[in-house]
Amino acid sequence: MTAPATQFKAAAKTLAADLRHRSLIQTALGKYEVKRDEMKARFQDWEGARQVAADIKFEAINHLDRYLEQFVARIEARGTKVHWASTAEQARQIIVGICRDRQARRIVKSKAMTAEEIHLNQALEQAGFKVVESDLGEFIVQLRDEAPYHIVFPAMHLTRGEIKDLFDRKLGDAPSDNPEVLTMVASRVLRQEYVAADVGITGANFAVAETGMISVTENEGNARLTAALPKTMITLVGIEKIVPTLADLALFLPMLATAGAGQLLSGYNTLYGGPRQPGEADGPEAFHVVLLDNQRTALLADAEQRDALHCIRCGACLNVCPIFRNVGGQTYGTTYPGPIGSVITPHLRGLQEWKHLPFASSLCGACSEVCPVKIDLHHHLLQHRRTARAAKPVWWEKLAFRGFALLVNTPWLWRLSLAVGRVGQRFHGLVKGTKLDPAYVWTQSREAPALAGQSFKAWWRERGRGTTDHGGTGPRDRRPGTRDQGPRVTSHESSRNDPGVATKGGTAHE
Amino acid sequence: MKLTLFVPCFVDALYPQVAVATVRILEQLGHQVEVAEDLNCCGQPAFNSGCWLEARPVAVRVLEKLRDAETVLIPSGSCGAMLRRFYPELLAGTPHEAAAQALAPRVFEFAEFLVEKLGVTDVGARFPHKVTYHDGCHSLREMHIHRAPRQLLAGVRDLELIEMKQVVCCGFGGTFSAKFPMISTAMGEVKCTEALATGAEYIVSCDSSCLMHVQGLIDRQKLPLKTVHLAEVLVAA
Repeated sequence: MTAPATQFKAAAKTLAADLRHRSLIQTALGKYEVKRDEMKARFQDWEGARQVAADIKFEAINHLDRYLEQFVARIEARGTKVHWASTAEQARQIIVGICRDRQARRIVKSKAMTAEEIHLNQALEQAGFKVVESDLGEFIVQLRDEAPYHIVFPAMHLTRGEIKDLFDRKLGDAPSDNPEVLTMVASRVLRQEYVAADVGITGANFAVAETGMISVTENEGNARLTAALPKTMITLVGIEKIVPTLADLALFLPMLATAGAGQLLSGYNTLYGGPRQPGEADGPEAFHVVLLDNQRTALLADAEQRDALHCIRCGACLNVCPIFRNVGGQTYGTTYPGPIGSVITPHLRGLQEWKHLPFASSLCGACSEVCPVKIDLHHHLLQHRRTARAAKPVWWEKLAFRGFALLVNTPWLWRLSLAVGRVGQRFHGLVKGTKLDPAYVWTQSREAPALAGQSFKAWWRERGRGTTDHGGTGPRDRRPGTRDQGPRVTSHESSRNDPGVATKGGTAHE
Repeated sequence: MKLTLFVPCFVDALYPQVAVATVRILEQLGHQVEVAEDLNCCGQPAFNSGCWLEARPVAVRVLEKLRDAETVLIPSGSCGAMLRRFYPELLAGTPHEAAAQALAPRVFEFAEFLVEKLGVTDVGARFPHKVTYHDGCHSLREMHIHRAPRQLLAGVRDLELIEMKQVVCCGFGGTFSAKFPMISTAMGEVKCTEALATGAEYIVSCDSSCLMHVQGLIDRQKLPLKTVHLAEVLVAA
């Protein structure tokens, strides 16, 4: 197993059994689902809107070269400096370089997953800058020195009590665990930072090609202060954030708010088109946009999965994912957790090292069902499994499935194995649930099903032999009193018996 | 209508009563049932594990054996999805692609077939119990079966259907349940909690594989719940 796989399995094992975590996340996301459904209902046709959104992103991604050039030309025309970063390392160097050129010391930053992706804060801190996160959730996880739990709700795994204790410890100021009081504590700290910061760094939710503008969505107003107060603004944008026209935002802004947070619109939606223009009273003196590739063009070259670039980072797939809901976001050890993370991380960081993520899925498809831009998420997980195994087969697994294929394709062998299994299962009790149990992975937490005394096909053959007029008029069973006795519903008990005869207790209709 | 029944391996071996009930209902409705006797598995375990090379021989044999079948019926939404939704993908670019494409529209899950193809919603069953219905994920999202089983349950006398609040996976996921047992178990526990909250005595489903997982947890944790396949409910009188 690769190191990330070992880490994932260990963390997943702990958190999946953590009932406090489970109840916290289930409750929080249960509330989200109610709000999301209310807001979805305000759309005249949510499904139609999803299709239009997917079509717009399809157009943007399939003509990314053209739209990126248009975006750059328009935003540079207003005095913005655009930088192209092929790799995370280049992006870090560019941003550190700008901060040095501007002789900055303090940096305030609003929420940006791309910055997490390139580990920007660590790079800036190593270069000697002080960086403060201004989004409340990010501010909290920064104080805890940990990665965001969720791409939209970074601190959703913490209770207000835990946040109060944290503020008490780190800021020496936490009068109560009232969320409003705690927010005011953070605001007091952050306001100092906005004023003192030399550089403000933001992410982008969309980059509008037609007008050359960056669109930033938020609920706290912190991104506006991050962008407006420091003399220098830097925006880090993944190249897939392009939308062709300004009018596209009329769909994407409410869609992002609905899918992401169960809001009709987020509190603040701001467009940035350049630095302070002549005659304008505020805004940064200098504005830099860093366009980040970091394997996105490699994903673009993958015809099967390039729709993963449609992602608007709303987090809807995380919210409904039963894996995410049970193991939590930090377990993944990735920038992007949940279904979208399990799809794109193998592209961003290497399939062989991260293939455990596509395997860590029941392929339930809840993610694909809710994705507002219709990314075929769970089928991509399936394709990752295929690609991973084709490139690097696991010999024992191949052998096992070859054996299984032989077994199910050879009727006499199938019958024989059932007979052997029936004898074998009598002795299962001796080792059941222990590490000697060949079915331990199952029986450590679940009872194993029992082989029926007679298989369906054995019953069918027996019945065929005993029937003289088997035909359109229905069966005549050889055994008396076997017709339509009803089901045996306690399947573990009943399936040990003859399937055609319901003789024992536990029948549903008794 | 001539029907060919494909009985999945685990139904054959573990839950024969589900296939028996399926046969009885179809025969009651006056249909001639033929069983694809030497077919056992659709190849999904290998396919979902990424071992497409190993899944193909199983799929190819299924295609050969079902070549002349007019209508193929599977009492499992998951295996049905494998034949209908995934065979064309598994066999794309092979000489069997056309056969896979040709089979797909002839494949039906049991409840879907009764309601959508036969127009039957009442088979004269009686099941005086409170039940809740579990949508197997493959049934729901690959086969798009949602209404049919509920219509059939509505036609059962003295049955009360109480829906769970969330539509959520049972955590089985085939080999996932063995590769990540603790996540799978946690998901199953969430499912059981949802089902218990309805006050139902039974979880009904069109997927015995989901029920196998849920029943395994119910038995281990001694929960006051039972599982039953829809076909078994429909033969109850």
